[in-house]
Amino acid sequence: MGLINVEVDQLSPRSLWQIASSGWRDYQDAMTLIDLANPTKFLSLTARVMPWLVATTAILLAIGLYQSAVAPDDYQQGATVKIMFIHVPNAWLSMFVWGVMSLAALGTLVWRHPLADVTAKAAAPIGAAFTFLALVTGSLWGRPMWGTYWEWDARLTSVLILFLMYLGLIALWRAVEDPSRAARAAAVLTLVGAINLPIIKFSVDWWNTLHQPASVMRLGGPTLDRAFLIPLLVMAVAFSLLFVTLLLAAMRNEILRRRVRSLQMVQASRRVA
Amino acid sequence: MLLGPYASFIVTSYAVATVVVVILILWIAIDYRNQRQRLRALDESGVTRRSGRNAADTR
Repeated sequence: MGLINVEVDQLSPRSLWQIASSGWRDYQDAMTLIDLANPTKFLSLTARVMPWLVATTAILLAIGLYQSAVAPDDYQQGATVKIMFIHVPNAWLSMFVWGVMSLAALGTLVWRHPLADVTAKAAAPIGAAFTFLALVTGSLWGRPMWGTYWEWDARLTSVLILFLMYLGLIALWRAVEDPSRAARAAAVLTLVGAINLPIIKFSVDWWNTLHQPASVMRLGGPTLDRAFLIPLLVMAVAFSLLFVTLLLAAMRNEILRRRVRSLQMVQASRRVA
Repeated sequence: MLLGPYASFIVTSYAVATVVVVILILWIAIDYRNQRQRLRALDESGVTRRSGRNAADTR
């Protein structure tokens, strides 16, 4: 705050109040984060936020689907361009979810945040579903446009590897009974797997692929016409909110599952005693 | 809304996306119900949390 060399009694009451109130705000912000680390507080927050998230997601999905339905045909692709409105958001989310899991993995390994491994475990099946949808819708878009459902090019293959890594992580979480041991192994695997994210993103630039290069997230700005860009962005936001909603719900389930596990251990120890 | 000669590809894409998202939602909802039932059963058997609150209390 730049006040280190200033005597407190030299400050006006107004300045003192500003310092005190900004400190209180910082304290409150810090406490909010700490509160979120408490699973019980997290459950309480989720219960309050969930109805709003569900409603907003449903409204945005409805708007996005309507805009996708009334979007004009592309001059080259015709109506098949409508597949883009679900393929691209799922493709973005397939990578974004792994990014979220990578941050959670850092939270597990570095800060040992109580909710970090809960987040990673809850996100994996959702990320796998989005990646599966990206692959299937891409394949269904590829057949009429490229003449083939599948080509072993760099983009398609790297996304398939991402899908297999999601399945591997889910299997790992299920194979190890103790959640904290599974969390550390899964965190390492997640961080190693994060190497695949830039490979997926830049595969279309680094190699000669059948898949087209980026047309929205690129340095020169989007090359898509507004008639396609707006429905695409609405669907992307809607699917992102869907992810957040499903993630919070799955995290809530995981916290309850761990509560069940610990209470069952208490129950078993009482029986032994 | 005319979808042209490739309508089956477009409809299948949206149908698959709908089915997968619905399965995901149902799976999470059923899992929540199962966990709540297990916590209620633990409550009924007299097991309590360290805080003294009911097992099924999610507030």
